[in-house]
Amino acid sequence: MSIEEVSELASPAPVYGGAEPLLEVSDLRVRFDAKGRRVNAVNGLSYHVHAGRMLAIIGESGSGKSVSSRALMGLLPPTARISGSARFLGTDLLSLSEREMRRHRGADLAMVFQDPTRSLNPTMRIGTQITEAVRAHGDVDKRAAFDRAMELLQLVRLPAPERRFYEYPHQLSGGMRQRVMIAIALAADPKLLIADEATTALDVTTQAQVMELLLELQERLGTAIIMISHDLGLAASYAHDVIVMYAGRAVEYAPASTLFSHVRMPYTRALLGAIPRLERTPHSLLPVTPGQPPDLTALPPGCPFAPRCSRAQDDCHAEPPPFAEHEPGHWWACWHPCEVGGPAEEGGR
Amino acid sequence: MTIVDEREPLLRARELVQEFTVRGRGGVKGGVVHAVSGVSFDINVGETLGVVGETGSGKSTLARSIIQAPRPKSGEVHFKGTDLVRCKRGRLAEARRHMQMVFQDPFGSLNPRWRISDIVAEPLIGYGAGSGGARARRVRELLDLVGLNPDSYGRRRPHELSGGQCQRVAIARAIALDPALIVCDEAVSSLDVLIQAQVLNLFEQLRSELGLSYLFISHDLALVKQVSDRVAVMHLGQLCEIGPAETLYRTPLHPYTVALLASIPDLDPSAARHRARLSIHGEPPSPISPPSGCRFRTRCPRAAARCADEAPVLREITPGHSVACHFPVTS
Ligand SMILES: Nc1ncnc2c1ncn2[C@@H]1O[C@H](COP(=O)(O)OP(=O)(O)OP(=O)(O)O)[C@@H](O)[C@H]1O
Ligand SMILES: Nc1ncnc2c1ncn2[C@@H]1O[C@H](COP(=O)(O)OP(=O)(O)OP(=O)(O)O)[C@@H](O)[C@H]1O
Ligand code: SF4
Ligand code: SF4
Ligand SMILES: [Mg+2]
Ligand SMILES: [Mg+2]
Repeated sequence: MSIEEVSELASPAPVYGGAEPLLEVSDLRVRFDAKGRRVNAVNGLSYHVHAGRMLAIIGESGSGKSVSSRALMGLLPPTARISGSARFLGTDLLSLSEREMRRHRGADLAMVFQDPTRSLNPTMRIGTQITEAVRAHGDVDKRAAFDRAMELLQLVRLPAPERRFYEYPHQLSGGMRQRVMIAIALAADPKLLIADEATTALDVTTQAQVMELLLELQERLGTAIIMISHDLGLAASYAHDVIVMYAGRAVEYAPASTLFSHVRMPYTRALLGAIPRLERTPHSLLPVTPGQPPDLTALPPGCPFAPRCSRAQDDCHAEPPPFAEHEPGHWWACWHPCEVGGPAEEGGR
Repeated sequence: MTIVDEREPLLRARELVQEFTVRGRGGVKGGVVHAVSGVSFDINVGETLGVVGETGSGKSTLARSIIQAPRPKSGEVHFKGTDLVRCKRGRLAEARRHMQMVFQDPFGSLNPRWRISDIVAEPLIGYGAGSGGARARRVRELLDLVGLNPDSYGRRRPHELSGGQCQRVAIARAIALDPALIVCDEAVSSLDVLIQAQVLNLFEQLRSELGLSYLFISHDLALVKQVSDRVAVMHLGQLCEIGPAETLYRTPLHPYTVALLASIPDLDPSAARHRARLSIHGEPPSPISPPSGCRFRTRCPRAAARCADEAPVLREITPGHSVACHFPVTS
């Protein structure tokens, strides 16, 4: 399918009542073109986030969660072709020059990246890295920057911050590195924080502490948070709203409480059915959804989940289902949605 | 070729110790980080040992000590009849072929300049397995097994892949040579649950068909239970409890294990947050100057005077289920 055909799938931007959203993404598309290979990574993604809200983005590995966020931050490689718009505080982030973007990045717009090794400098002490982040966005002297850096390390509950301040990234455990990255992202009190798998390497207790910290920040400063995660339990516990992505598109969107009790999208059902559960006995085989994730170089003409969907019928293979608000506040893209309260594992085959 | 005694465990780790010296600076005292302090365990052929514990408890350091990267400060690691800590480089390289590791950070462990197919082929070339054509076929088969279409991904480089896709490349490389042991450090936590299920089933299939063993580190306690025969709980560089998965989760003996299990989130939004708050209070103590006696005592609700004076040692309470605590929890 060509990019033109993909654009037929354009999904309308969901509209909510109330104040202006802080960020409004409409019909975001990202395509990579390199040496004759074309990857349609994001194919018409629309969503919005209000100040003080937390939006969770969950979904298939490779469904475009990181790429769509990096697009907002102006951090994609030159091979990326980006279209659509992302209105943030009255400006379209996608139309900013690199110089204008740099003013936002790290200041009112911050991101915690999925890959600690690529975002922390291995040759620099972590204290220096945080102090630099503090000084980059505020006119503070050395002493004040040090104090603020130390405060941030305490805020993210890094044990023994006085000592860790002088250590290098490789001397920290995976979970500690992740907390340092969160501290750096919080340095300038951003209005929007994008956390890409930011708590994946943390144990449940620390994860809960970090999430509580983010919520507290949200209440105090009205920060909007986009949380990208594979952890459905985490999304269910902390997010206000949840978007489920598949093949570069949103396929279900609802407030967290609605989504998890009224799943309509077979793909979301399949995700919920595959969560590790304590009741399972050791070595039990897990229910699997057959087939491979969609090949983004050649998307099928109909619903991208059709080859793997247990509810698929002929029409699913012919035409992609529109992403629409079928119930108040609940959006999905499916011709034959699940019945509410149906069996938990009916999504996959 | 070494003859392996059927009754011998595949891996026998004894009194492993790993320490790091950190220099003092800025008025902060330096010292020795006691990352792993006297850890012993066995892994049998075809068995999976799960390792859980909070961040910084030494799980990754333990995993790296097993594969000798770097070698531990002291202790023994017997693998297929060789003591890896003391053996010569050549023996170690040979043993490494049968012992693969999937690291916590999917990006850091792949050479950014190589193509995906070359990354997966590397161990096959390194150990001279198969001709060029057979190798290429094997690479395609491996990529398929981890859910990556070889035509679409084989020619890309790591930065053109998502986080979970990089992790699957690392897994494909690890299973390339049919190793006897795979050390998985958070190997599936960056995968969505559908791919995760696919990879775990693949692991399970390799285990039951080829007798592969796993050391499986993860923060996801439900996941660990699902894949492990036995589970070890680590706290500040030491094992505080080890036992059969079902038993340990049903009747945890160590107060720390009890707290960990109480913190498992679930899908009911209100319950999840309530439970998270119930879990362990306070900061983990510094690994530079761990508390005297029991290292958990500063956070333990059952701590008594004896806990400060005397370090508890692992002792077996029921067959195969051991705990290091003076006052273990009994229902
Ligand atoms: N520079 C690039 N060139 C070509 N393709 C790319 C590039 N970067 C990402 N992709 C592809 O775009 C798709 C979306 O990637 P993205 O990193 O957004 O996935 P993700 O949803 O974050 O997945 P994960 O959960 O595994 O991190 C993937 O299929 C990936 O292979
Ligand atoms: N090279 C090093 N130099 C100094 N200290 C180190 C080094 N490597 C690890 N440490 C310290 O050893 C302790 C254990 O770290 P390790 O990475 O093993 O923890 P972990 O249990 O894997 O944690 P996580 O769950 O966060 O990955 C930590 O306090 C860490 O800071
Ligand atoms: S029922 Fe049809 S439209 Fe809905 S997810 Fe399945 S294949 Fe797609
Ligand atoms: S030995 Fe004492 S302090 Fe340690 S876990 Fe047992 S009761 Fe708690
Ligand atoms: Mg990602
Ligand atoms: Mg680790």
